This record gives sequence, structure tokens and C-alpha cells, in this order.
Amino acid sequence: MKVLDDMMQKLKPKADGKFPLAYTVWDGMYTFLFVPGHTNKNGVHIKDGIDLKRTMVMVIIALIPALLFGIYNVGHQHFLAVGNVLQDAHVCEMFWDKFIFGALKVLPLIIVSYGVGLGIEFVFAAFNKHSIQEGFLVSGMLIPLIVPVDVPLWMVAVATIFAVIIGKEVFGGTGMNIVNVALTARAFLFFAYPTKMSGDEVWVSTTLEEGQQLVDGFSGATPLAKAVEGGTEALNNMNASVMESFIGFIPGSIGETSTLAIGLGALLLLITGIASWRIMLSTIVGGYVMAMLFNLWGANPFMELSPIHQLVIGGFAFGAVFMATDPVTGSQTNTGKYIYGFLIGVFAIMIRVFNPAYPEGMMLAILFMNIMAPLIDHYVVEANIKRRLKRVSVNA
Amino acid sequence: MSKDVKISKGANIKLKGIADKLHTNTFIPTEIVLKPSDFPTLTPKLSVKVGDKVKAGSPLFFNKENERILFTSPVSGEVIEINRGEKRKILGVKVKADTETQYESFVKADPLTLSKEDILDNLLKSGVWPFFRQRPYDVIANPSDTPKAIHITALDTNPLAPDYGFIAHGKNTIFQTGLNALTKLTAGKVHLNINGNLNADEVFTSSKNVQLNKIEGPHPAGNVGVQIHHIDPINKGDVVWTLKALDVLTIGKLFIEGKFDASRSVAFVGSKVKKPSYIKTILGANISNIINGNVEEGGRYISGNPLTGTQIAEDGYLGFYDYQLTVIPEGGNNQFFGWMTPGFDKFSLSGTFFSKLMPNKEYDLNTNTNGEERAFVVSGEYEKVFPFDIYPVYLIKSILVNDIEAMENLGIYEVAPEDFALCEYACTSKNPVQQYIRDGLNVLKKEMA
Repeated sequence: MKVLDDMMQKLKPKADGKFPLAYTVWDGMYTFLFVPGHTNKNGVHIKDGIDLKRTMVMVIIALIPALLFGIYNVGHQHFLAVGNVLQDAHVCEMFWDKFIFGALKVLPLIIVSYGVGLGIEFVFAAFNKHSIQEGFLVSGMLIPLIVPVDVPLWMVAVATIFAVIIGKEVFGGTGMNIVNVALTARAFLFFAYPTKMSGDEVWVSTTLEEGQQLVDGFSGATPLAKAVEGGTEALNNMNASVMESFIGFIPGSIGETSTLAIGLGALLLLITGIASWRIMLSTIVGGYVMAMLFNLWGANPFMELSPIHQLVIGGFAFGAVFMATDPVTGSQTNTGKYIYGFLIGVFAIMIRVFNPAYPEGMMLAILFMNIMAPLIDHYVVEANIKRRLKRVSVNA
Repeated sequence: MSKDVKISKGANIKLKGIADKLHTNTFIPTEIVLKPSDFPTLTPKLSVKVGDKVKAGSPLFFNKENERILFTSPVSGEVIEINRGEKRKILGVKVKADTETQYESFVKADPLTLSKEDILDNLLKSGVWPFFRQRPYDVIANPSDTPKAIHITALDTNPLAPDYGFIAHGKNTIFQTGLNALTKLTAGKVHLNINGNLNADEVFTSSKNVQLNKIEGPHPAGNVGVQIHHIDPINKGDVVWTLKALDVLTIGKLFIEGKFDASRSVAFVGSKVKKPSYIKTILGANISNIINGNVEEGGRYISGNPLTGTQIAEDGYLGFYDYQLTVIPEGGNNQFFGWMTPGFDKFSLSGTFFSKLMPNKEYDLNTNTNGEERAFVVSGEYEKVFPFDIYPVYLIKSILVNDIEAMENLGIYEVAPEDFALCEYACTSKNPVQQYIRDGLNVLKKEMA
């Protein structure tokens, strides 16, 4: 690797030269290939092996099961819609056709998201004269996974620009943002282009080739939309029973459908300690409790949906594992994390059930709690200060 | 009454090259240097000039803000150099040692028969005083304070740390004499905090006139700040003095022999040391004859432990408070896809390395930062290794924005930089946490003066 190192060193542009962007790009590339051999001067002489790159890459690895499943499911849903495979055929029928169709749909989204987002990051880094921070590595993968498959690429580009600049860079870049970047992109799309982000037509890729037509009775609606209309029965009729929804061959945003695949990612995040188990657990508990309360109320069929079923449809699982646990925008204190997660779960189910116009309650719940997280932390820290002040009066 | 404290947060960093429990050698240095930089916030004023003859116990410099606090020569000989840095800042006073050490004589008496003033006077004049440190601020104690308590830590949980029990073993009379002197200095208790993980040495367990507390748990259980927090926490306005158990030996010798005997046992450790063991030498000793032939090439020399110690040159000098000389490999190599390696050979407090599967492995860590400094992203990792009822990140943020009231409320009076050493080790974003805390303490000390 010495050869490569020497070659890179030869190419190194000047940091304060005519083209600051060239240096930023070089620095980004170089530190990607090599962890620079900086040594500690003051303070501790030895340091933990982990750095931000490794942390972020762990999250990306955790996203891979959901991504692969999402790609396959895009193809699966498409071929179901055009009638090439039947609902009761084995899911592995036409495996490679489905996978390749899905990949051709999903990869462009990933490329646009990374290309646009990293482009902006590089420009800002060059402008501010600091090195590239790794935050967008994860955001860039999250954005394609939380949009419907047929969203136009230019919309993804616009949303990414909005999210990175307004959601992150204006606050000072990675580590300084108030709300989750990927969810900002999704919220932007949701409110700016509602026709491409909601309704029944966007979730399954229905581009037809010559001679193809949609099967009779095709609706394309997500389980969430169906559940609003008809509760458990409607879900079971559309092949989205608890087990089917858990496995994930249902319409929905690309990465969110399979609770199973998301669960594999969650397992990795929990074993490595990258994501907070406190947030994940309390989010699920919050959602479960709220769904149970609605069960008791039971004013409409959606309220009667079993709690487990609520948790495996829509973006709940994906949000709980990958979005709520964002360490920058979430609660920072351990006590705060329980409250923060619990309320996300509660609000997600509440928004879903009370306001069918916003079926994706998870997105709004997390964004809302992102804003509330500093307040929660404030009261947790205040409680700590009061407790410590009490020691004085006890001693006196 | 004694207290048993069990600490659950923290981590032991197991490094290669721990000292065998035997004294291999005695190194009498030809030169020693006393460095004012060993004492945070100190402004030194010289008492000697180049060419002056000094005895062991003669003052070399004193504290400008409190002229009673003297820093005395650990050896007898001739002052041969005064090292100065920018703005003529004094970096060190170098003394060339005589072959036969001559000592200044100080009061030689049983401290129980002496008054508080006499004891203070003896400690200050002999130059033993700087061993007393105080919380808040983690600086040399102010002799005109009356501390709420004195805490002595008899265990060191830092990586490769010396075993205090091994060094102090058998020196019961000296240790007890030192403790007796301390009991006169506080209105409260003298706490001796001993190892609860293993059987503490009999020299500690048999101590009288003190409260014995057993401390159990991983590093930083040995940090006196952690012990104070769990035994009798510091509140605003309190002053607590702290010492290492080995410092008490020096105090004991002062009252028994009437001289400042700066000889000490030092753990000579680290993966670059050929035969890690204990050696006998003197405070401030030049390390070149210690390392000569006993270490492998390419090491970094640290006076102290790898977490809180100071880097010194290969002809550098041991620090005032250090009972450990560590030599670990110097890093500096670029690591190809270093952030993606499986990591069997790197110790991490996160779960992202396979080394997690081998909890008892000893590591040979070098001085690489293993990544670049970043904005603060990951939450919760400091809390895992910070056994205080304090929110470390909020405290650090209050220091960074210079909010004095917030610093006070968030507990800065209880902490010292060393308590944050593990946080700094664990930090994904590679922040210089100990430096932040030192800066915060300095700001506060200035503000309160």
C-alpha cells in the first residue's frame, strides 16, 4: 500500500492554493483510503480504535439487509402488479428478474442522493476550510430508503439539497443539526410534492412496457392506507397479515417494508453499541402502549388493529431503528432517551390513527421529538443539578 | 466506620508490559530537573541561580502567589542550568547531583506530639507540601485552608499502574507516621481508600487513626476524585485535600528522619520495555541511564501512565507526582482502510471490533489517534466510563462556552482532568477532553481568586 500512499501524496494539492475544493476532495479521498497516522501529543497517549468513519460505516452495514430486501421487493411488487407472477406463487419465482428490476429502480436514487449530498458537503467543507465530516454517509443511504420507488430523481436531488443545506449546513454541519437530515428530505418531499409521496399510486413501480397492463383489482395502496379503511380484515385481505407484514412483501417506501430485515440491522447496531438500545426499546414500548390504548377505545377498525400489527406496518420499525436513534438529533441523556423514545412511539401511532391525511406518523413524530429533545434533556440535567444541590442541605 | 464503594462504570485497559513484582535495579541519577509544569497554574519564582550549591531539601523555586510553598531540590549538588521557554517562562531547574547526598535538616519528631502549625511548617519548608493537592481545581493545596477531609488513594487502576501495596509493603511505621501528621491537618476525617478488588496490602489495612474505605471496580475506581464522590462528595465551598498513598511515605520519612528523602520506587513498564519491573530512583531523575539498554527502539517515553502521563524525551526527567515510567510504541503510520479493519489488535470500548470477543487479551497499543478530530456526534459513550452523578458532556459544553454558573452547577468542583481520561480515550470524535477540563478549572480558579 506504500505505492498507493506515495501516489496520493504526489497528487496532493496545496491546502491554501487556488483551488480549495481540490484540496478538500483530495483530503476526503485520502482519509477514506488511509487513516492518517496522527499521534496524540497532549492528553491521553493511547486512543480507542473507533472513529466517526467506522461508526458511520457500521450503520451503513446495518442498512444493507433492508436495502437488499427493498430492492427485491420493488421488483416483486412490480411483477405482481403487471401479473407476471401471481400472489400465491413462491416469492423466489423470477428471483433475478425481480432483483435486477429493483436494482435498476433503486440504484439511481442512491447515486443521486450521494452525488448531490456529498457534492454539497465538499463545497461547504472547502468553503469553511475544514475536512469532510462523515455524517452524510448515513443520510445519503437513508434518503433513498424512505422514499417511494417512483419518485422522480430530480425531486430527490432537490430534497437532498434542501435537507443538507437548510437541515444541516446552516447550523454548522455534522453534529450540529437540530432535526434528522434524511427525515428533513422526506418531509420536504412530502409537503412540496404530495402527489408523488402519498396516495395509492406511488408505492409500486407501474411503468408498463408495450403489451403489459395492470392486473385486475390492482390497487397499489400501502397497508397503512388499507388499515385506515378496514382495519385488520382489510390487511389480511391484501396479504399483509402480521406475519406477512413482518417479512415485508408489501407495498411501501423502499427500505421500510421488512421488519425482519430491519431487525437484522438493529441487531448489529445493538451488538456494536452504535445505536442506543434505550431509544429503540422505549420507542417500541411507546408505540405498543399507544396502540393498546386505542384497542381499548376501539372507535373505528384502525383503532382495533392489534399493537403488534401496528408496529410492523408503515415506517415504524425503520424509524425506531435508524431514525429515532440518530445521536445528534435525539436526546443526549440516558434518562432523556427513555422519554424521547417513548413519546416518539406514542405520537407516531397517534398521528397515524387520528389523522389519516398523514399516514406516515413516524416521520412527523420523530421530527417533532427531535425539536423537543433538547427540552427533555434540559429538565433531566436540571433535576441532576437540584439533586446535587440537595446534598448540601443534607450535610449542613 | 468504613465504607465499601462499588463502581460499575468504567473500563480497565489491559496493556502488555506490566511490571513483575520485584525491584531489579537502583538508578542514582547524575542530574535531576524540577519542572514547574508538573504543577498546574503555578507561577514559579526562582530562589537560586546557576552555580549555587544546594542540599536535598534546599528551595529551588517557590510559588509566587503563596510564598510559603517551596519546591526543594531532591538531591544535593550544583544548579547547572535554568531552562527557559517563551517569555522567559521557567521550564525546569537542573541540578547536578553529588555522589554523596547531603540533606538539609528539618524537625524530627513524632507528629502526634507536634502542633498543627509545626507540622505545616515542617511540610512547607522541606518541600514535601506540593504532594498535597486540593479539590476544587486539582492544584497544590493552600496551607491556610482547613480541609473538610483528606483522601488518600491506595490503589492505582490506570493501565500498567504500579501496585502501591507492593511498593509500600513492610513500611508500616513510616506510613503510619505520615498518616499521623495528616490527622492533625483536618477538622474532618482522613480517608484511606484501599483496593477492594484484591486483598489490600497489610501496610494499608493495619493503618490507624483513619477511615478505611474499600473501593471495588474497574478504572477509574483508583482516581481519588471518584472515591471522594462516592464517600463524601464535595459541594460548593468545600475544600478537600488529596494524596497518593506513596506520597504519605515521603511525609513519614520527613518526620522520622528529619530530611526530604525523594527516593522512590517507580514501575518501569510498557511493551517496549525488555523486562518490565520496579526500579528505585529519585524524583525528577534523568531517565537516560534507566532506559539505556533496557528498551527496544521506537518507543514513546511517558512519565506517568498512558492516560494522564506526560511525554518526555529519551533524556527527559521523571515528573514530580509520577511513580511510573511507561514506554509504548510510537505510532505515525498511515493505516490503509484503517476504519474498516476487523480489529483483533485494537482495544475499543465500543463493540465495533472483534477484539470485544477476547476480554482478557493484553494489547500492544501505539500512540496513533486512530482517526481525525470531528464534531461531537456519538452520545452516551462518556457516561459509560464516568462513574460520577454528573453529566460529562454538559459539563464540557459549559466549559467550552465559558459559562461559569453552569460549570458550578454541573459539578466542576468535584472533578479533575484525570477523571475524564477514559472519556478522552473512548471519544469517537477524538476531542481533547482532559485539556477542556483543565481550561475550565483554570478559568474558575482565576474567577474565584
